[in-house]
Amino acid sequence: MNNYVYYPGCSLKGNSKQYEESILPVFKEIGLPLEELEDWNCCGATAYFSVDETMAAAICGRNLSLAEKQGKDIIAPCAGCYLTLKKANKVLQGDNPKARKINQALEKAGCAYHGGVQVKHPLEVLVRDIGLDAIKEKVRFKLKGLKVACYYGCQLVRPFTDFDDPDYPTTLDNLMAAIGAQPVPYSAKTRCCGGSLTGTIEEVGKRLNFILLKEAKRKGADAIVTICPLCQFNLEILQDKMAKAYGEDVTLPVLYFSQLMGLAFGLAKEDLGFNRSIIDLKPFWQKIGNGGSR
Amino acid sequence: MDIHRQVKYEEELDQAFLETIKAMSGAEDLDRCIQCGTCSSSCPMSVYMDYPPRKIISMVKNGFKEEALRSFTIWLCSSCYTCQVRCPAKIEITEVMYALKRLAIEEKVYPQKLAIPVLDKEMSQLIKTYGRNSELWLILRLYLKSRNPLGLLKMAPLGLKLMKTGRMSLKREAIKNKKQLQTLLNSLKEAV
Repeated sequence: MNNYVYYPGCSLKGNSKQYEESILPVFKEIGLPLEELEDWNCCGATAYFSVDETMAAAICGRNLSLAEKQGKDIIAPCAGCYLTLKKANKVLQGDNPKARKINQALEKAGCAYHGGVQVKHPLEVLVRDIGLDAIKEKVRFKLKGLKVACYYGCQLVRPFTDFDDPDYPTTLDNLMAAIGAQPVPYSAKTRCCGGSLTGTIEEVGKRLNFILLKEAKRKGADAIVTICPLCQFNLEILQDKMAKAYGEDVTLPVLYFSQLMGLAFGLAKEDLGFNRSIIDLKPFWQKIGNGGSR
Repeated sequence: MDIHRQVKYEEELDQAFLETIKAMSGAEDLDRCIQCGTCSSSCPMSVYMDYPPRKIISMVKNGFKEEALRSFTIWLCSSCYTCQVRCPAKIEITEVMYALKRLAIEEKVYPQKLAIPVLDKEMSQLIKTYGRNSELWLILRLYLKSRNPLGLLKMAPLGLKLMKTGRMSLKREAIKNKKQLQTLLNSLKEAV
């Protein structure tokens, strides 16, 4: 029995299956097996808040209510879901006409919410609740010599700054060091990947992600480690086009922190979604000595 | 050569604009902007914008409603919140951008050819109807609505890569209790 329920969001069921495939076994390994929130609905991301604020907060309220009925807090691995649910939570917990209106609608629909749920990102749970010492004890295979650029993106560290520093956070760096990898000083760690702009205005997405990859490469990273599906997708998907457009090869694997944790815990690499990488991982496996394979 | 006046006189400005945006965004401290430009220099998108964030804030403060609502800037804001956490006057700039987006959609003055507002509207529509977003369906609707079949064609190699790695599903996702979601959204509409 634990106090958390897992909110996958659309990405972990879609283009970032490898995130789900690695975060679930990792949490099982640390003794917090996660169950999926029954009949969750999409968080609406930045899109719904751009169209209608009350409706955007209301649909998030349904998810919060579902978790509250189970008496559990939410773990949201997607930084977009994490922020959207957290933001809506703050709206719904408010004491003002807007909050009352939405809460009344939730009650009418049979999903009343009383403000009793916390929304957390798995990184926060791992580092704050479980602790690095407990994680270190689980490590069976140190990722020695693997240089990683820890990329936090935006929505995990901003606008809510209670979890880590909004400009130069260190939580993920500390976690990666705890499992034996070597974080490089990555000055672009919270510079934006462009979010959904990669899908709408490719030129913008391509340039922003080129900047992020180039900086990681310059610091000697073997891989970029991410905590958000949209960041992972954006960083990975346009790499082949960048070489053509900007005359510089910035090819780098873009992996989830949970995939590396799984490897370090000695789980089989075949079970951690590495086969879903669009970037060739051969240099990566050479670097870490093909660790974790059966 | 056509000569156009480049400035507006006071009577041509919308005096209520500041209060409208304050109420919509919750950015109570909007008046306190000192035009320092920290937002513009922090913004990763400002190089693509028609007006940098500092100018948008000034437009809001001074009633340039038309200019602010029709700008590309508000749609290029990717919600990275860098300006917001750095603003020395503690103005929730990202929330101001959201409020401007909502008002531009409400008043139908958003750039029709730009894919970003189309994406926002289509995604909201998908969620409203099915409770879930389906990535492939969203992309199809985006290109259909923004009338850009060539763009869809350009996306094909990417789609193939995602298919090959099992990262794109053809299934249309939906929640079981769609009725609850409809009741929720309908009672919100009625509550106005």
